[in-house]
Amino acid sequence: MDLRYDEEHERFRGEVREFLKGWPLQDDEAALSETEQIELFRSRAIERGYVYRDIPAEYGGGGQEPDVLKDHIVREEFSRAGAPGSSYLQGPAMLAPTLIEFGSEAQRRRFVPPTLREEIRWCQGYSEPGSGSDLASLQCSAVLEGGESDGEWVINGQKIWTSNAQEADWLFGLFRTEPDATKHKGISYLLVPLDQPGIEIRPLRQMTGGEDFNEVFFENARTAADCIVGQRGQGWQVSRATLKHERNLIANPNLMREHFDDLVELARRVLRNGRPAIEDPGVRQRLAEIECHVRTNETSNLRQLSAAHRGEELKCMLPMMMNKLYSTDSMQRLMKLAYELLGSDGLLAPREADLAGYARGEGPTGWVEQWIFSLGPAIAGGATNIQLNIIGERGYGLPRDLRPTS
Amino acid sequence: MHFGLSEEQELLQETLRGFAESECPPQRLREIFDAGSGHDDALWRGLAEMGLTGLTVPDSLGGAGLEVLELALACEIAGAAALPVPLLEHALACLAIDRCGDDAQRKRWLPDLASGVRIGTVAIAESADDWQPESWATRLEAGRLRGAKRYVPHLERAGLAVVGVTGGGLAVLELDAAGTPGVRFEPAEGIDRTRNLWQLELDGAEAAPLAGEPTAVQRVLDAGLVCLAADAFGAATRLIQLSVDYAKDRRQFGLPIAQFQAVKHQLARMGTEVEPTRALYWYAAHALDRGQDDARRHAAMCKAHLTEKAVETARSAVELHGGLGFTWECDVQMWFKRAMFDRAFLGTPELHRERMAELAGW
Repeated sequence: MDLRYDEEHERFRGEVREFLKGWPLQDDEAALSETEQIELFRSRAIERGYVYRDIPAEYGGGGQEPDVLKDHIVREEFSRAGAPGSSYLQGPAMLAPTLIEFGSEAQRRRFVPPTLREEIRWCQGYSEPGSGSDLASLQCSAVLEGGESDGEWVINGQKIWTSNAQEADWLFGLFRTEPDATKHKGISYLLVPLDQPGIEIRPLRQMTGGEDFNEVFFENARTAADCIVGQRGQGWQVSRATLKHERNLIANPNLMREHFDDLVELARRVLRNGRPAIEDPGVRQRLAEIECHVRTNETSNLRQLSAAHRGEELKCMLPMMMNKLYSTDSMQRLMKLAYELLGSDGLLAPREADLAGYARGEGPTGWVEQWIFSLGPAIAGGATNIQLNIIGERGYGLPRDLRPTS
Repeated sequence: MHFGLSEEQELLQETLRGFAESECPPQRLREIFDAGSGHDDALWRGLAEMGLTGLTVPDSLGGAGLEVLELALACEIAGAAALPVPLLEHALACLAIDRCGDDAQRKRWLPDLASGVRIGTVAIAESADDWQPESWATRLEAGRLRGAKRYVPHLERAGLAVVGVTGGGLAVLELDAAGTPGVRFEPAEGIDRTRNLWQLELDGAEAAPLAGEPTAVQRVLDAGLVCLAADAFGAATRLIQLSVDYAKDRRQFGLPIAQFQAVKHQLARMGTEVEPTRALYWYAAHALDRGQDDARRHAAMCKAHLTEKAVETARSAVELHGGLGFTWECDVQMWFKRAMFDRAFLGTPELHRERMAELAGW
């Protein structure tokens, strides 16, 4: 065991730090709009091969050999510097790697570069009102009119829980294209432009008051025949790759550490019996207990990172399967204590400025929002009860659930 | 960067696992457990032959010269098999003499401890929660010990005990099987019948002080905390395996109960609380071996967390086995009680969480 980085990686870290001295931008560049500044800095980081590291340069990525340790170093250093690194938006984080893995050459050239530049913004169309945990039962249909090269898919049905659809230009998602095939084999992965008459987007208001996700209605909406990723009926497999990327986003250990540090600060600030809460023996016990989970999450991730670097993922399949559940459970424990520390301030509603998900809003209402919001990741990307099935069945080899045979 | 085990470390675990499976299968463990002796001489000799009794003793003194990580890895397997041997206590006695003693003391005691000919143990707590050095009240004056120690494991077979004394120091008490002047002890009726406990009274027994600094003493205790965490992790993984096997086998309503989500989800939750913590005890052991600044806090952290999780897992395992789980005959209780020992020995999770808070400056 040796937690030191070797010379190559230490040198790499030094280079990244040197580069990050260029953030925030100075002089004339500092006068640009925030979006322009992020765009400019990110394009420099891509050119240096730090951002979108292992997406080939010809598709607008960093063009580097895959190296999970370097990815990790970049994430750490960019996060420390508060600099704009790889985006967590659905397009760059989920679709781009999926297209690299399953897309045609033409699709990669057409979509990946503008996606990474965020000129094309994406949303994900998976869930439907009747198909949540049982996603493969989805019914939103796409029928090919015309030939495989010059025809069009005609889409009818509805998607739901579609985050960021209001701002998006395109949607990637799953549609039933082979109604006669069995459940999983009748699904295809399509790319659909949103700016067309057959599509209506209605925002859904969340219990926090924010509007992050939407319903998307398709009424004879259209997309070109060649906007299918992978083969007809192969959409399920293609979507597994995207989900894998989504779960990794949810299990980000740095985020939990930042929230824990904030929680300790909160405990220093609020009072219990006239003294700072952090002096209360019960609060100290709870903080310590929560930190045990935070640190478990960090060390377990470090172990998986190291295993991935050495090509030994098979040695830690079990903890890998548990990442999502462990981190969303831990985050909820953390938020529970924060909510308790708020005391009567728990009566307050989140303000407009607090409604940014895990954006660490200031003050008590920000904590109220985060406490409520911490339920979100436990539901998104495979809800907790589904994770428990996966862990039980694939992790511990328990027999599969009884399923009604229709 | 490598946060994982070397081939040698994996081999160490595999070898010990194989030994435990063949020499201490559940039927054999059950005999020892029911007899209440809390010890198996043949197993101890087997461990000695494998070099595990001198795991951390330097090569030059007949040991394997390995570190706390290897010791903790061995403790994980010992916990998983509930081995009725003083692996942990003996190793702490060795570490104390090695880290806190002088050259003459090392040469005098370590070779016999390394070969397993002499068994070592540790006498630390005096009343309920005084496991930490600042609260030890047993006096060492003019080479003689006076005081009382509680919860001393495997004392009846030990040829030597490392005793905590006032001022946070340590002293070595040699024990003669035929009786030692100034030493009296009686059974404490401990809960874990794989590791029996004794009450020790010291009334003028001869002992030799170890000169180690308080930081060296704390590092020995920290190694103990990490090893108890590893033992508890091993016990918890075994309890999960017992429960998984039972749920696949037991049928109700015409189906294996594992097919019902209530049971499946309970098992998955037990696993998810435990499995990721393996990395926490690895890290804590590694931090100790490298002398890192965060080592002490991580030792407290993994002891508090892993032993608490093992006890929770044990309670779930009993529930999952239904009425059978509540019986004396069900194997679950052997690991249930192993976990109870790991939780309370060297201080409860509450004690170590408060230490975590102090060490963080909260």
